[in-house]
Amino acid sequence: MEFLRPASWEEALAAKAEHPSAVPIAGGTDVMVEINFDHRRPTHLMDLNRVHELHEWEIGDETVRLGASVPYSKIIDELAHELPGLALASHTVGSPQIRNRGSVGGNLGAASPAGDSHPALLAAGAEVEAESVRGTRFIPVEDFYTGVKRNALAEDELIKRVHIKKADGPQQFSKVGTRNAMVIAVCAFGIALHPETRTVRAGIGSAAPTPLRARTAEDFLGAALEEGGLWDSGRTIPPSVAREFAELCSGACNPIDDVRGSAAYRRRAVGVMARRTLGWVWESYRATGNGRTTEGGAQCA
Amino acid sequence: MRVTFTVNGRRHEADDVWEGESLLYVLRERMGLPGSKNACEQGECGSCTVRLDGEPVCACLVAAGQVEGREVVTVEGLAEYARERDGSEGRGSTGDLAPVQQAFIDAGAVQCGFCTPGLLVAADELIERNPQPTDADIREALSGNLCRCTGYEKIMDAVRLAAARADDSAPEVV
Amino acid sequence: MAPTTGPGRTPTQLDQGADTKGGVGESPLRPDGTLKVTGEFAYSSDMWHEDMLWGCTLRSPHAHAEIVSVDISEALEQPGVHAVLTYDDLPTEMKNYGLEIKDTPVLAHGRVRHHGEPVALVAADHPETARRAAAKIKVDYRELPVVHDEESALAKDAPLLHPDRDDDHARHVPHPNVVHRQPIVRGDAGAAARRADVIVTGEYEVGMQDQAFLGPESGLAVPAEDGGVDLYIATQWLHSDLRQIAPVLGLPEEKVRMTLSGVGGAFGGREDLSMQIHACLLALVTGKPVKIVYNRFESFFGHVHRHPAKLWYEHGATRDGKITHMKCRIVLDGGAYASASPAVVGNAASLSVGPYVVDDVEIEALALYTNNPPCGAMRGFGAVQACFAYEAQMDKLAAELGMDPVELRRRNAMSQGTLLPTGQAVDSPAPVAELLRRVKAMPLPLEAQWETVGGEPDVRALPGGLSNTTHGEGVVRGVGYAVGIKNVGFSEGFDDYSTARVRLEVVGGEPVAMVHTAMAEVGQGGITVHAQIARTELGVAQVTIHPADTQVGSAGSTSASRQTYVTGGAVQHVCRLVREQVLERGRERFGTYHPAWASAELLLEGGKVVTDGGEVLASLVDVLGDEPVEAEDEWRHRPTEAFDLKTGQGFGHVQYSFAAHRAVVEVDTELGLVKVVELACAQDVGKAMNPQAVEGQIQGGTVQGLGLAVMEEIVVDARAKVRNPSFTDYLIPTILDTPTIPVDVLELADEHAPYGLRGAGEAPTLSSTPAVLAAVRAATGRALPRVPVRPEHIVEV
Repeated sequence: MEFLRPASWEEALAAKAEHPSAVPIAGGTDVMVEINFDHRRPTHLMDLNRVHELHEWEIGDETVRLGASVPYSKIIDELAHELPGLALASHTVGSPQIRNRGSVGGNLGAASPAGDSHPALLAAGAEVEAESVRGTRFIPVEDFYTGVKRNALAEDELIKRVHIKKADGPQQFSKVGTRNAMVIAVCAFGIALHPETRTVRAGIGSAAPTPLRARTAEDFLGAALEEGGLWDSGRTIPPSVAREFAELCSGACNPIDDVRGSAAYRRRAVGVMARRTLGWVWESYRATGNGRTTEGGAQCA
Repeated sequence: MRVTFTVNGRRHEADDVWEGESLLYVLRERMGLPGSKNACEQGECGSCTVRLDGEPVCACLVAAGQVEGREVVTVEGLAEYARERDGSEGRGSTGDLAPVQQAFIDAGAVQCGFCTPGLLVAADELIERNPQPTDADIREALSGNLCRCTGYEKIMDAVRLAAARADDSAPEVV
Repeated sequence: MAPTTGPGRTPTQLDQGADTKGGVGESPLRPDGTLKVTGEFAYSSDMWHEDMLWGCTLRSPHAHAEIVSVDISEALEQPGVHAVLTYDDLPTEMKNYGLEIKDTPVLAHGRVRHHGEPVALVAADHPETARRAAAKIKVDYRELPVVHDEESALAKDAPLLHPDRDDDHARHVPHPNVVHRQPIVRGDAGAAARRADVIVTGEYEVGMQDQAFLGPESGLAVPAEDGGVDLYIATQWLHSDLRQIAPVLGLPEEKVRMTLSGVGGAFGGREDLSMQIHACLLALVTGKPVKIVYNRFESFFGHVHRHPAKLWYEHGATRDGKITHMKCRIVLDGGAYASASPAVVGNAASLSVGPYVVDDVEIEALALYTNNPPCGAMRGFGAVQACFAYEAQMDKLAAELGMDPVELRRRNAMSQGTLLPTGQAVDSPAPVAELLRRVKAMPLPLEAQWETVGGEPDVRALPGGLSNTTHGEGVVRGVGYAVGIKNVGFSEGFDDYSTARVRLEVVGGEPVAMVHTAMAEVGQGGITVHAQIARTELGVAQVTIHPADTQVGSAGSTSASRQTYVTGGAVQHVCRLVREQVLERGRERFGTYHPAWASAELLLEGGKVVTDGGEVLASLVDVLGDEPVEAEDEWRHRPTEAFDLKTGQGFGHVQYSFAAHRAVVEVDTELGLVKVVELACAQDVGKAMNPQAVEGQIQGGTVQGLGLAVMEEIVVDARAKVRNPSFTDYLIPTILDTPTIPVDVLELADEHAPYGLRGAGEAPTLSSTPAVLAAVRAATGRALPRVPVRPEHIVEV
């Protein structure tokens, strides 16, 4: 094994071009587990910690440009206003120690269906900025996940940033685990209201081979809100609509039975989380008119 | 490869480090600092918690090469670290131990002690950041540190005690 | 003798200095506390030696397979590799080890019987070199059908795990795949059933729990110039290890010198050997010190687990809530090797009725041999499984009778004098009803603690915690009770003794006692108690605890809640021998100066010899002079006897321990997630030798029971393979899963025990689990016959 320590982004891209099998390591919270347990012996480990821009973020008019290595703890502390769903999701990642090291870039690189940030990214709307010596591409996050622990990156590409839409309405995130902290998702759910476009987006994690959007459910709810004039009236969502939304979210799942949970339970739980989080974001929307709250209503910052 | 970094204020160097070695392994097996513990090596127990440039992290998940040129504080250096931070008149400082170390002994928060080093580093950082934590704050801050012996009650007592002692001995006007 | 260069780190004597106070009944600080908070305490995985090698174990990927061939040639050629060992390299005819039945191969020969069984060993100059070499060992396996439950184990054509059994149990078991079977018959359950107004039956299941001690199996073996080996190790019982290690190595026991290194928790999981023999073999073959440290993945294969169990129960009662009879059948899965299975069967059978008066019983408990992971000792040892089932039955019976579940338990609670199903009378206090009364009387925790002034919920106080699954929706509170009975010490006629050596001498002008035992301090605080006993008995402040090793006689195991009782008893006994010698010397030297020397009622207090009236006769410093006083002796508790193999009758246990819990839980009834809000415990400890430490034992045991209730299980599939050998998927409670645990300690002395104490470590692990389940049932209305309860079970999908 060789240890590569690029001092700049350009050096990193060059190294990745030269050694396509090099495994990038930033926080190490996935890669080091695989090395410690002898599950992986890459030819090269490439430390990205010296590439400063990966640890930085910029808040633009429309998006937050989040460096791939920005740790979850920074998202929780600094970006909860712009990215409330992702901040909530970040808060469910591992432990404080893991949140000080793990990053969205790492979550995307690993592309585990159970990665906590995926449903929040899907709900908010995001693009992955992938770069290689050949150039840069922007991959919509929906297209980024291609299979269990597989993603759309070419072998010479690295994730530089994730461009995440700033919240224009309330967002929520929920995750089921069989422990009250430090737990991998049995399944997870992210929801974002987008009052500017009068749309709702919903992301589901750990209930299919890849994280996915519940598009049928989104379309149904969008239409129901529109038809009922609810965006303007701010009235309560009829229970039947919430139920149908929940069922459609359950229906979007394609889960498996595994040691963490059964397929049937995952489907059920996604429905429950969909119904509840919809209730929370809508209450928040009603309460504030354009209900943007810092951590989506949960007091746990 | 060779790695050089600062541990507890002292420059350490290790040679012939295999590239897959963790910071934890290098501390324990190459630098004579086995205080950070190797309970899970997968970031799920917090026994190896150290401060890396001030941040509490699991040393088992940091590749040794990533620490080049950086600063690490382990449980072995915690008392000194707390002394420098708090001053020698120190908030709740007692002799050779950091306040949180003394509180863990006094409250009976140590049984087998394998989780203790990581908990101490995490609890010390909590009190540094949040001198008067609520019980829920303590539980959240320590939720990455497993303990199998105590049922956590005496650990809660210890952190409350350390915080209370720090508070009692704090100067009236800052 | 000893190696020319010693290890870089070794266990050290523990001194606490002259200003230390704290005899029996007080809570002095741990003598190892400072070392443990500064990171200086030398755990077995911290051992280090110049030029040491790293050992690595190659394990079977299959649960049951024939080993067709093993080719180590490529592994041996790897640079940095010093040795590769297989079965063929074992030096003597003794190729197996085992606690009671020597059925466990040091390295597999011809056949592997469980997933993760050791097949070969490598020693190399770096752990990665060793791992890479191990990966190059070519083992050709031919997979065999697995036996994984009672049906497959007892089928006509079932493969036999151990076809050539010659152990003591082989003669009386109904099938060779049954390790041991213990029936107990007392009274006439059939006739009594006819008196019952109601009868309830239930089938219950307990999953495979892991001890999940945090310090991994590890140690350092250093070859010595005399051809022997020095082993620094974490274990629960040095001498039991020694008796298993030495014959395999072909060495006399005195050439295997063992020193206890820091033990990172045990809970039963270190009662069997893990890497001890492997490290010694590699050290002796290479002539170099060898260190082995399991990682967490390997640790799950490196020790036995709690027996998973299936339990069938029938209870009857009259309308007024008096239990008429009990029938039960308990099937424990012992896995591939016997380990402690026979003793676990004895416990499960003899304690299967719980702390209740039931005169008419029919009981059967047995342990199977299967290809599942070997199971053995874990805190609670057979009593945990039974308690989960009989306490569920009590609630079921109460519901059937329309009676309060605590009232039902009270009406049937055993007390001093009650006969157990074994015919043995409980001859010390058994305050079962009082313990229940006490937990019930504790104030209930506040409702809806997640509600905050700002109106936004604090999710940390809700089911799901930080995962933000509910803001109160679907959350229902439930309250449940349970009580249990655990035996203390080794039972069934085992010669359960301990040895202590105590020396009293003047050091630096002060009298100092040195206590030397082989007791494994695994975190429980036995060394603190030894120092307390020495202070109380010898009237000194300074006590030095000698490292535990095999240079002194056996202390028995740190298990069965026995160490404070038995090794504590030995320390007390030997301190008294020392005191007699001191007084004798005092009489010789100073007897003529004061008539009180002739009195028998002299005490050692505050460093002086005093009369029972408090008059000082001499200082210990003057009595001792330059000559230390030393004594060593064994100490035993009352003998027990084996259970009759057909009727189960017999004086099998020496003491009992009782605890009761009240659990308050909040359940998200839509997601099936549980938040335990409070787990109140009342326990009789006879005498709180160290109140702070005994509370720590009770709280720790309580949380292990909580873990079994709601999350902890090693999942083994139908091919007998372990699915979750990691802390990512084998979950133990975090501090956010753990409630407040108010503890009410009773001290009703047992006149048979030193200081009246009662072993305390295990009882809280028993009743915690069923109390939590009772509370979850109360919140959900579900039957929930299995632990750990999973969200799927609560929401029934």
